[in-house]
Amino acid sequence: MISMRGLTKRYGTNTVLDGIDLDIAAGERVAIIGPSGTGKSTLLRCLNYLDRPDSGVVRIGDLTVDAATATSAQILALRRRTAFVFQNYALFANKTARDNITEALITVQRKPRAEAEARADAILREIGLSDKSTSYPAALSGGQQQRIGIGRAMALDAALMLLDEPTSALDPEWVGEVLDLMRRVAERRQTMLIVTHEMQFAREIADRIIFMDGGRIVEEGTPAQIFDMPKDIRTANFLRRVR
Amino acid sequence: MRGLDVDYMLGLVPVILGYVPLTIGMALAAMVCALLLACLMAVERVMRVPVLDQFVQLFISFFRGTPLLVQLFLFYYGLPQILPVLSGINGVTAAIIGLTLHFSAYMAESIRAAILGVDRSQLEAAQAVGMTQAQSMRRIILPQAARVAAPTLVNYFIDMIKSTSLAFTLGVTEMMGATQKEAAGSFLYFEAFLVVAVLYWAIVETLSFLQKQLERHLNKATAR
Repeated sequence: MISMRGLTKRYGTNTVLDGIDLDIAAGERVAIIGPSGTGKSTLLRCLNYLDRPDSGVVRIGDLTVDAATATSAQILALRRRTAFVFQNYALFANKTARDNITEALITVQRKPRAEAEARADAILREIGLSDKSTSYPAALSGGQQQRIGIGRAMALDAALMLLDEPTSALDPEWVGEVLDLMRRVAERRQTMLIVTHEMQFAREIADRIIFMDGGRIVEEGTPAQIFDMPKDIRTANFLRRVR
Repeated sequence: MRGLDVDYMLGLVPVILGYVPLTIGMALAAMVCALLLACLMAVERVMRVPVLDQFVQLFISFFRGTPLLVQLFLFYYGLPQILPVLSGINGVTAAIIGLTLHFSAYMAESIRAAILGVDRSQLEAAQAVGMTQAQSMRRIILPQAARVAAPTLVNYFIDMIKSTSLAFTLGVTEMMGATQKEAAGSFLYFEAFLVVAVLYWAIVETLSFLQKQLERHLNKATAR
């Protein structure tokens, strides 16, 4: 069980996140949609403290982190229960595809190298990039890089996977393969919170859709409720624009 | 104009070559110490640790802002008068300390720029998978910064080798000191200093060659 209470983030006088309350059940797949600049990515980044929230509480399992009192040890523990997929992949440029996956298993989870490498090889097979095992990110296409980015997140076996617009930076030709991979991850009931502009994809894989606007959750519900019968005029207007 | 005393020059080569290990040794020792110090200062400058940051900035400003020769004299002739503990310091040690502090100030700035040149999202990715700040730096950021900074750092090493010649002003008999003594005995100043100049040049050229090899090695991650 994952929960947030009153998560708030300001940049100067601009309130980007305005007291977000959200619960996510284990195995639940939640997609966040909404206009640009409404705090969707900030919510993800505040969840693992890449951006430190100004106030609010994040709870993952038995770990509770309150922005008012968060210690660096708590933040580290929080990050070790989450995995993050970046819009721009953010692969380690000095590591091969395989080492991008083993890195955290060895340095963070303290797994023996052989075990970490076996895990990485299994993941590489799963994401269809076994033949790129020893390639450096610079030699991979955008789609391949993002699949490694997702593979790196899969390997962590995190309680919650956060995906921040994973296909937004991709050339159109690579979007399909990345969506396919995320669909497979979702099918395994990996708990996910995904910010996306791919409405059809969100509708297919999500158990619940959250519509955010102005740093707040405006409306949430099943894909059918949100996409077919939006209650709030802002949701309806947004959906009309993106269709 | 008289002709060059070529026999004298050829005879001088092995004599001065005997002091190459000391020159290289001083430069290597100072380079290792300066690299360590510079990395620490560069990481500090990127993280901006309060108080320490002001101190590091002052350090860099002073050691970049004053001539190396003045710094060497300050350490070797000046400081022992204030701190008697240092009165036993020998010229080689003083030269290594002086070169270390002087060059670490320059190198810290190069390394800092190289760290800032590494895509910031990789630091976030390292933190997102649960690596500590130190692990992220050591395993992800610094290796990439090293690739960017390597050519500049080798240039500083080359400069450092040549700067060891200043150690002769602290009474150290290294390549320059030895040449000075030989020349004073033979009065063949032109020949003597020409020989030592060519020897420094040869050392630097050898290093430039190694520099190219090093860069090729470090660049392999970006090669397609």
